[in-house]
Amino acid sequence: MDTPNQASGRVQHLDKVAVRFSGDSGDGMQLAGNIFTNISAGLGNSVSTFPDYPAEIRAPQGSLGGVSGFQVSVGHSVHTPGDECDVLVAMNPAALKQSYKFLKKGGVIIVDIDSFKPEGLKKALFETDDPIKELGITAQVVEVPVTSMTKAALADSGMDVKSVLKCRNIFVLGLLCWLFDRPEEAALKMLREKFAKKPAVYEANAKVLRAGYDYGHNIHASVTTYKIATDEIRPGTYTDVKGNEATAWGLIMASEKSGRPLYLGSYPITPATDILHELAKRKDLGVKACQMEDEIAGVCSAIGASFAGSLGVTSTSGPGLALKGEAIGLAVMAELPLVVIDVMRGGPSTGLPTKTEQTDLNQALYGRNGESPIVVVAPTSPTNCFDMAFEASRLAIEHMTPVILLSDAFIGNGSSAWRIPEADEFPEIKVPRVPEELREQWRPYLRNEQTMARYWAIPGEDALPHRLGGLEKDAATGAISNSPSNHAKMVAIRREKIERIADDIPELTLKCDSPQADTLLIGWGGTYGILYTAAEELNAQGTPVALSQFRYISPLPKNTGDILRRFRRVIVAELNSGQFADYLQARFPDVRIERINKVEGQPFLVKEITAAVKDILSK
Amino acid sequence: MAYTPQDYKSDQPVRWCAGCGDHAILNSLHKAMATLGIAPEMTAVISGIGCSSRLPYYMNTFGFHTIHGRGAAVATGFKVANPQMTVWQISGDGDGLAIGGNHFIHAVRRNVDINMLLLNNKIYGLTKGQYSPTSPRGFVSKSSPYGTTEDPFIPAELVFGARGNFFARAIDVELKISQEVMVAAASHKGASVVELLQNCMIFNNGIHSYITDRETRADRTIHLVHGQKMLFGKDMDKGIVQDGFGLKAVTIGQDGYTLDDVLVHDAHTPTNFLHQQLAMMDGYELPLALGVIRDVEAPTYDAEVAAQVEDVKARKGFSGLRELLLAGDTWTVE
Repeated sequence: MDTPNQASGRVQHLDKVAVRFSGDSGDGMQLAGNIFTNISAGLGNSVSTFPDYPAEIRAPQGSLGGVSGFQVSVGHSVHTPGDECDVLVAMNPAALKQSYKFLKKGGVIIVDIDSFKPEGLKKALFETDDPIKELGITAQVVEVPVTSMTKAALADSGMDVKSVLKCRNIFVLGLLCWLFDRPEEAALKMLREKFAKKPAVYEANAKVLRAGYDYGHNIHASVTTYKIATDEIRPGTYTDVKGNEATAWGLIMASEKSGRPLYLGSYPITPATDILHELAKRKDLGVKACQMEDEIAGVCSAIGASFAGSLGVTSTSGPGLALKGEAIGLAVMAELPLVVIDVMRGGPSTGLPTKTEQTDLNQALYGRNGESPIVVVAPTSPTNCFDMAFEASRLAIEHMTPVILLSDAFIGNGSSAWRIPEADEFPEIKVPRVPEELREQWRPYLRNEQTMARYWAIPGEDALPHRLGGLEKDAATGAISNSPSNHAKMVAIRREKIERIADDIPELTLKCDSPQADTLLIGWGGTYGILYTAAEELNAQGTPVALSQFRYISPLPKNTGDILRRFRRVIVAELNSGQFADYLQARFPDVRIERINKVEGQPFLVKEITAAVKDILSK
Repeated sequence: MAYTPQDYKSDQPVRWCAGCGDHAILNSLHKAMATLGIAPEMTAVISGIGCSSRLPYYMNTFGFHTIHGRGAAVATGFKVANPQMTVWQISGDGDGLAIGGNHFIHAVRRNVDINMLLLNNKIYGLTKGQYSPTSPRGFVSKSSPYGTTEDPFIPAELVFGARGNFFARAIDVELKISQEVMVAAASHKGASVVELLQNCMIFNNGIHSYITDRETRADRTIHLVHGQKMLFGKDMDKGIVQDGFGLKAVTIGQDGYTLDDVLVHDAHTPTNFLHQQLAMMDGYELPLALGVIRDVEAPTYDAEVAAQVEDVKARKGFSGLRELLLAGDTWTVE
C-alpha cells in the first residue's frame, strides 16, 4: 500500500479541525471521540459532535454494516460537527470504505495497518489487495500498526487477547492527542474517572494511551501536526453535554423553578431513550421516572401525574408520538400541563431509527383528532435543548397545555460544551394555582383572563374535588355539555389560549443580517448550526444572507410576518419535503416561500446549503 | 371525621339506563367510601371509556374520565405522583380487558396501589351491543350475528396470570358483599381487582342470571370469608372439600363428609394455587366464588418508587441540579 503524500514535520495552524473516528461498533469509537471532545472543550475550544451509529447493535465484525462513526469538530466558532473531516481514523478496511467519502480534500487518513490483511479486506468486500488504489484515494495515508503496538504495550499485563484489543481505541486517542497538541494528562484524568472502579483497566488504558502518544512523537518527521485556535468563551463552569441529557436537565430545572415534582412516563425508543436513562438516574434529585408498558402508558401516566399535580412528561420518537396522539388530545381537552418530547428520526413507520430528520412537524402540529391546538417548540442545538426543555415546561405549566418539543437525532446525540447556568439565571415558573379569592366560585374551567389558562386545583393540596375528562365540558360549570354553541365556544377558547402564548415568547431574531442582505434563510430546530455556518460562508463569499432560526413554531413569534416581508427572497431549509415552508406559506400567502429540502436521514452539509441558496438566487 | 355516602355524591344527574346494574354498584361505592372514611378530597376516581367509565362524574371526589382503555395507566401515573391519594380505577370488560388489556395486566403486575373495579357485563353497551372479550364462545351479538368463534377471558385467570395479589368478586345487586369487597380492596395495599358481575338491561339482560337468580343464588354461589369454612347453599349445608389436586362440592352428612372435611378459606396465603381454583369455580359443578378470594400483602410500586427516590436523594445529598452538575466533569473558564 502506498503512502504517496507523506509530509515532513509540518505544523499547521487551524481555525477549526474535524476528526472522524471510524471503526467496528465494538471498537470504542464513541468513547475515544468523547474523550477527545472533552479534552478539547477543556482547552477552550468550542466543540460539536455527531455520532453516527449503525442500526444494528453488533453487526458482524469487520463488515460494512457494522461501521460506527463519531465525528467531532473543535476550534474557534464551531457550530457544526463539520461537513467533512480533516483527519479520518479508520480502524479496519470496512471503516475506510464507509468513511473515506467524509474526508476533506487535503485531509489525512490514519489506518490501523494491522487490520488490512486479506481476511479484513474480504469482509469489507474489497476485490484487490490495495484498498487505497481501489477506492481511488489520493489523500495522505498514515499507516499505523495500532493492533501490534497495543499488543506490545500490554505484553506484560497478563491480559487476554480480547481485552487487549479493546484498548486499540485508546492507542489512537493517544496518537491524536499528540497530533493535535492535547496534553496526555487531560486524557489520563478522564480515563481515571471513567474506570474509577476498575483500576487494572485504567492502568492498561493509560499504558496504551502513552504508547500512542509516544508513537506520534517518534514518527514526528513524517506527519503534519496541528495547532487549533481557541474561542473567546464566557467565563463560568463548563461541562460537556449531549442534547438528550440537556433536555433531561432542562426539565429538572423547570421542576425546581415551578416547585412541581417531575414525573416521566416513557418507553424505550431510539434515539430518545437517553432522556429516560438520564431521568432514571436523577431519582437523586427527586425525579420519578417510570418505564411503562408501552408508549401510550407513558403519556397516559404522565397525564395522570399532571392531574395529580406534577409536571408530567413523556419522551419518545416519531412512531411513539403517533401512538400518543389520542392521549395528547385528552390533555388538550382537560387542559393539563404536559410535555411531550419527540427526538425525531427517519420515518415513516420504523423508518431509519438511528438517523436524523425533521419529518414529524406535521404530526406534532396536526396529528390528533378534532381541532386540538397545541404548543410546538424546537431546540436548535445540543445545549439549547436545556433552554427549550425548560421553555416547554414553563409554557405547559403557565398556560395549562400540552407542549411538544421537537428535538432530533442530530442534536439529541450530538454534544457541545455548555456553561452550567447560575442558580438565578432562569425565571421562576408561575404555577396557576386557584387564587384564594376565587376558591368559592371556582369551577374547573374558570380561567385567568389574560392567559385564558384555567386554574390548576391540585389533589392533596387543594380541597377542590372536581371531574375532568375527554368529553366536551360546559365553559362555565365544567359539567358535560352537548350544546352546539358551547362546543363552538370551547373550540375557540382552546385555540385562542394557544394563540395568546405569542405574547409570552421572544420575538424572532435575525443572524448575519446586514443592510445588503435581501435574502432570508429560514430554518427551525436542530439545523441551526449548519445553517448559521452556511450563512456566514455565504456572506463571506459575497452573497449577503440573513438567517432566522425558529424555536417557537406554534404559536409563531409575533413579528414573524414583519421579518418575512422585509426580504425580497425567503428560503426555508428543512430536513423534510417542505412541512414548515407549507405552514408558513399558509399563514403568509403574500410572501413567496422558496425551499431547500433533504430527506436522506442525514443532516444538511454546509456546502449543500450554500450551493442550494446560490442556485435559487441565480434563478 | 365521619362521612356519609351523601358526601361522595356529585350534583350530576346519573345517566345510566333504568335498571342498569351500575346504579347499585355506584350506591355500594358511595357507602364503601363512607365506611372507609377517607375524605372525598383525598380520593380520586379514574376511568376509561364505556358505560361504567361514566362513574367518576357521579362522585364528589377528584375524578378523571380519560380515554378508552387507558384508565389503569392514568391511575398509575396519578398514584405514583401523589401516593397520599386513595385511587379507584373503574373499567368495564371491553375497556379494561380488550383495548386496555395491556395496561390492566401491567398495573396488576406492578402492584401499584389502586383499587380496580371491573364491571363485567360481557357486552359493549355504549356502542350498542357488540360482544366483549368476556362473552362466551358462540355468543350472538350485532358484531357476531352467527355467534363468536373465540374463547373469552376469565378476569380472575388474567389477574393470577399477571401475578395479582388481590382478587375479589361480587354481584351488582348484592350490596352487602359489594361493599365488603370494595372496603377490602381499598384496605389492601397494592393493585386490588374487584370483578363486579353487572347486568346490562338493554343489550345483555340476564347474562349472569344463572348465578344471580334469587331462587338458586344460594346454591350456585359461595361467599368466601377469610378464616371461615367454605360453606354454601340455602341451608349452609354444602361445602368445598379438597379432592386430589382439585376441589369438590359436597353436602355435609352425605357420602361420609363431615364439617371437618370442609376447607377453611385462607385469603392471605402467598401461594395462589388454591385461590386460582376457587376463582375459576363457575357455578355449575362448583359454586361461583364471591367475596375476597386472594388478599396478600406485597411491596407496592408507588411506595417502592417513593422509597427509592428518598434513599438515593439521601445517599447522594445534592441540593439541586446545579450542585449535581458542578460535581460532574467540569472545567472553569476565567
